[in-house]
Amino acid sequence: MKLPDLTELAVRNLRESVLRNSLTTIGISVGVASLVAMLSLGIGLQQPASRRLMKSGLFDTVVVTSRRDLRNFNREEERSGPAPGESRILDEPTRREIERLPNVLEAYPDIRFITELRFEDKPHLTMVAALPPSAQSNDAFDAVQGHFFSTDIAPEVILQKTFAEELLGKTPRVGIDETNVAELAAPLLGKELTMRYAQRETTEAAGSKATNDSSTAPADRSLAGAAYSVVSREQKLKIVGVADLDPESMRGPTRARVFLPLKLAESLHAMQPTDLREISRSANDEPVYSSVSVRVKSPSQIQAVEDTVKKMGFNTFSILDASRSVQQFFKVLDVFLGIFGSLALAVAFIGIVNTLVMAILERRREIGIMKAIGASDGDIRKLFFAEAGAMGVLGGIVGVALGWAIGQVINLGTNIYLKRQSFPPEHFWAVPWWLVAFAVVFSFLVSLAAGLYPAGRAARLDPVQALRYE
Amino acid sequence: MSSAPGFPQNHAPAIRAEQLCRHYRMGETLIRAVDGVTLNVRTGEFVALLGSSGSGKSSVLNLIAGLDRPTSGSVIVQERDLAQLSREDLARYRLHTVGMVFQSFNLIASMTLAENVELPMRFAEVDREKRGDLAREALARVGLLARVNHRPSELSGGEQQRAALARALINRPQLLLADEPTGNLDSHTGTEIMNMVREFNQQLRMTVVMVTHERALAERYAQRLIFLADGKLVGDDSNSTVAAKAGTHASAEGERR
Repeated sequence: MKLPDLTELAVRNLRESVLRNSLTTIGISVGVASLVAMLSLGIGLQQPASRRLMKSGLFDTVVVTSRRDLRNFNREEERSGPAPGESRILDEPTRREIERLPNVLEAYPDIRFITELRFEDKPHLTMVAALPPSAQSNDAFDAVQGHFFSTDIAPEVILQKTFAEELLGKTPRVGIDETNVAELAAPLLGKELTMRYAQRETTEAAGSKATNDSSTAPADRSLAGAAYSVVSREQKLKIVGVADLDPESMRGPTRARVFLPLKLAESLHAMQPTDLREISRSANDEPVYSSVSVRVKSPSQIQAVEDTVKKMGFNTFSILDASRSVQQFFKVLDVFLGIFGSLALAVAFIGIVNTLVMAILERRREIGIMKAIGASDGDIRKLFFAEAGAMGVLGGIVGVALGWAIGQVINLGTNIYLKRQSFPPEHFWAVPWWLVAFAVVFSFLVSLAAGLYPAGRAARLDPVQALRYE
Repeated sequence: MSSAPGFPQNHAPAIRAEQLCRHYRMGETLIRAVDGVTLNVRTGEFVALLGSSGSGKSSVLNLIAGLDRPTSGSVIVQERDLAQLSREDLARYRLHTVGMVFQSFNLIASMTLAENVELPMRFAEVDREKRGDLAREALARVGLLARVNHRPSELSGGEQQRAALARALINRPQLLLADEPTGNLDSHTGTEIMNMVREFNQQLRMTVVMVTHERALAERYAQRLIFLADGKLVGDDSNSTVAAKAGTHASAEGERR
């Protein structure tokens, strides 16, 4: 029998006992709805989390630190490898060595320091960080109001939005993500900031009395050439951009609130927190970095680069490390939610089997007649499959709609609650198109599987017996 | 439509049963519904199977129809041994070679007459466009053109049996098998149906095997009467009644026992 005929006969048969078949179809719908509801909850919960990770713009970056830093991200790393005191120094030659590794695009030092910025004669204390030119193509700087640094040495500055708010005297609202960056940027772009910072100046020889106008660093006389003095300097900076970055995002350059071009920052020789510690080591003028950010060609190569750098004797950290456990958590959550959702579908499965077995008993004679006038076992089997499949598709479609509706209601409910608790609204419920298609196809397949036994039973029916049945 | 091409014109046996047996086990006892029946039916013959209830006449008909399989022996219809056919081939045989009518009409209640008549064509995968016209034509032949969109329950018994006849003939079978076709009808409508069956037998050269327990009916229409009792063939007479002889072209076979 051809497919149009099968469908036609199946629909006709389903209409013959409307109530029973509707109830079964509703059963499937509830099953599909619960599956869709659970899975979209899983997806919906995952989305805000991964959105935040993506915003950090660090998915292709490995942060390298020296073990001398004594702070580590991984306890196991601490136990293995050389002791902090014996490990390598993260200096300029090392940085160049890392940059030459395969699949590494660039390795730039993380220059950051806390300093004072004056704007309209008001001092603001904040963390300043340097950005390499490549940051321009970073997702995180997509939404910069104004423009990126004109050159890598230009005395320009990009502000993080909460710092921009601070400069304008606005109090940042806790938890609210949706600040209008364009509004913030308008009065600030083109204005000038004055940055006061501590500059490190290498003093010529050991023993010579290094005197400065502001502060001094007591140098160990026994270490020739390792002495330096610290001078207070000022630098005028022009505001060229305001970035829509998440201030609470992950570790990395984006955690600072003011950004300078990398070359400019390097030329400033600003005093870094690690300088004080390294004074006992650094015998020459080569800068020593507290950390180096390594940009990798694609996130898939992160692991390999991390491993190589670790072998060199450094500590590494990437967002992938942090998100791996998060991703794992969500995968497990999805599986659990899926299992709960499928329970209802399993009940629906039994419902279909029951309905079709009942239909066989009821239509026994009809099956006998069909066989007597020439229907093959295959025709009868296909007919029952078609009925099961039709219920499955219909139930799937209604179920997806139902699941979506439930999701909307829960979204609304949670957002009303979140609003009362003054949290930003979130969409905990996401029904992507692939899930809609998956749910309908899955429901169809489950229904076909449910039809397997009844269809086989109907096909094997003995026509003589079936015709005798009243 | 007369003497449609493709119908065998010779007197070779259309149906040949050899030592046909059909035994059932019912609890402890073995029921010999058909017990060693041997018979030949020639192409174009109109045969009546007679016997009291439980004589095995319907069982023989079911074996010829390919609805049931013999326990032993063989049924050969048009050179095909039905016992050797696969389930699939047997279904194809029922679809194309056999048309059946029953005492209880066996129309599908949820379908209109047109849909009932169309059903075998769906199984035979006849083109959708042709089916409507063919069904209409078949129903017109049995005088039911005005009733094509009625459901069986809206029709009289005679009308239902006429529709069943139209359905039985829709795939142009060579064999018409009728199981007590007038059993549920009054004598007037019964005659009407039997006249139609005879018409198909004579005009379309169809071989007809009819099961009945009414001897008078059999004598009036069949060319040959076969008597069964307890699953065994107990009599095989060529019918001498004039009515049955009218327009006959097939010679009856002599007594076998």
